[in-house]
Amino acid sequence: MIERVWRLGAGARLFFLTICYSGESFRRFHLVMREIYFTGVMSLLIIIVSAFFVGMVLALQGYNTLQKYGSSEAIGVLVALSLVRELGPVVTALLFAGRAGTAITAEIGLMKTTEQLSAMEMMAVSPIARVVAPRFWAGVISMPILAALFSMVGILGGYLVAVPLIGVDEGAFWSQMQANVDFRSDIVDGVIKSFVFGVACTMIALFEGFDAPPTAEGVSRATTRTVVISSLSVLGLDFVLTSFMLAV
Amino acid sequence: MDRTTIDLWVGIFVALGVAALLGLAMKVGNLTSAQIGTTYSVTADFENVGSLKPHAPVKSAGVVVGRVDSITFDGKSFVAVVKINIDERYSFPKDTFANIYTAGLLGEQYIGLEAGGDEDTLQNGDKIVQTQDAVVLEKMISQFLFSKASEEDSAKENNKADAEAKPADAKSTPLGDAAF
Amino acid sequence: MTNNIVEIDNLSFGYKGRMLHKGINMVFPRGKVVAIMGGSGSGKTTLLRLIGGQIKPSKGEVRVAGEVVHKQDRDGIFKLRRKMGMLFQHGALFTDLSVFDNVAFPMRELTDLPESMIRDLVLMKLNAVGLRGANQYMPAELSGGMARRVALARAVALDPSIIMYDEPFAGLDPISMGVVCDLIRSLNDALGTTSIIVSHDVKETFLIADYVYFVADGEVAAEGTPHDLMQSTLPFVHQFVHGEKDGPVPFHYPAADYQSELLQQNR
Repeated sequence: MIERVWRLGAGARLFFLTICYSGESFRRFHLVMREIYFTGVMSLLIIIVSAFFVGMVLALQGYNTLQKYGSSEAIGVLVALSLVRELGPVVTALLFAGRAGTAITAEIGLMKTTEQLSAMEMMAVSPIARVVAPRFWAGVISMPILAALFSMVGILGGYLVAVPLIGVDEGAFWSQMQANVDFRSDIVDGVIKSFVFGVACTMIALFEGFDAPPTAEGVSRATTRTVVISSLSVLGLDFVLTSFMLAV
Repeated sequence: MDRTTIDLWVGIFVALGVAALLGLAMKVGNLTSAQIGTTYSVTADFENVGSLKPHAPVKSAGVVVGRVDSITFDGKSFVAVVKINIDERYSFPKDTFANIYTAGLLGEQYIGLEAGGDEDTLQNGDKIVQTQDAVVLEKMISQFLFSKASEEDSAKENNKADAEAKPADAKSTPLGDAAF
Repeated sequence: MTNNIVEIDNLSFGYKGRMLHKGINMVFPRGKVVAIMGGSGSGKTTLLRLIGGQIKPSKGEVRVAGEVVHKQDRDGIFKLRRKMGMLFQHGALFTDLSVFDNVAFPMRELTDLPESMIRDLVLMKLNAVGLRGANQYMPAELSGGMARRVALARAVALDPSIIMYDEPFAGLDPISMGVVCDLIRSLNDALGTTSIIVSHDVKETFLIADYVYFVADGEVAAEGTPHDLMQSTLPFVHQFVHGEKDGPVPFHYPAADYQSELLQQNR
């Protein structure tokens, strides 16, 4: 138990140092760009495909229940709100942790095992500034973008199932949605959530990699821990954020 | 991976993200219908505002013409004072009705303005005099139950005798009339 | 300024209950190749880390160019590390950069040299290790010996005053070993640097070292020129230098009496 508290402290310290050493990341932005490519762009495929399926399933399930109450035209609202408020940020974060998070942890863990981080230190280059910080900012920038894409593609998926497939009225689908989805409270809240999740998932992945024992087994355990801790943190933070947002 | 390829893909990625966000804002949300114009304020007193909230829409003939700005309680007259902002493009006569309606059966509450016939229009700071309170669901249900019960009673009595004519006076009253 | 560029003064280092080093004294004169040898786990690599300031001693001092390493602040450590180059075991090349970018890395990070100048310098360094033609390969595409040579080129990229080698001969074929051996000596003489080699490869190290320190049980067990040590009668040195199976470092791990343990099984 003490071990966990110790790690939490070490994680917080790394977070603080990452922010302090971020100057380099902005002066040489191409470092961040490279990481955005590897975390964000490479995740596009899984995000878009998943979003499509999630949207379609939402429409199917939603229609199944709504039509019992004669409210099948509310399906647009159902799909849009579920995605924008919750599923967009949360599912994207979970997928991000699984794909990009593990990649980050494995990469940094491997760099530690093969003494690349040590080599950098001995060359008077701070590994935090050169390796950790760019990946942090890349994750923070990529997450909201991926979440917005998830929501949008999900809604399109829901539309394709609801209107051409099931036969819900197209006009009703969009107009009900527009009337009931508020930009400020729903969409902006979703963006805030995805931003917070981005910080959490990226930082966890970075810390686990940085802290991994420099052996093959250590790195593989660290990647597993990244997924588990990221997922739990995302769900926990989601609860906290949602209670704030719905209460205010 | 050379720099230019990465730059290209990252650029596409960010552009997609911005497009998605804009798409969400325009098509999905109601950003475009948000009021950008200047407004003037009037107040209206209600004995019961129900679940009316600030930022609730103010509609006339079903079209959004303004927003509720604030709801405060007047400690002296024990009424709720609602301040609404109306888009400057629309003027309403001084004898306009302000009613609190519910969107749909169990939906959000909003203010509906019904124009009167007065030639003078409401100015900034004026007060709407004619108001109608919100419907409180519990009262409506109890009125309904009560009136249903009394209907059966009176039906039985009509069958028996008219002597005990004591119809329950809590009729299915026009909405808003507090029975107790 | 003394003649010693690095001095280790009564150094003790270890963790609670287990001291890795107990009162070590070593000096490294300018321009010489000095080897630190000993069995596995004797703390040789840790000494390099102490010199580089990656870890702090428990007692005693390490001085580089007269400055006490662990008392330096961030800028001080930075200046000291600029003077040092280090070759890690197995190279530690950055796997996401090409050979060229690996050697260019210290120049790009620590200097403001223009790209054209960096290009020339990188090609010069690669030429010194014989790999100028391989500069576009990725580390994964290199053999062990080639990777080691690229790492060497990277270690000398900024013409350091001290070069540290952590097991430079480990896992190399005879030809590569000969190449690395030759490069260490010739680079040392050409650049006028001081080389500190940590190794347990007796044959190669003795060929090029000017002075050798033997570390065992956390202390300097013996020191001298390679010639002296080959002749040494100290049991530990003798066993190590001649690769004898049994001696001060025993063959058998401590165990119960052989006969009684076997007989126990049969019962």
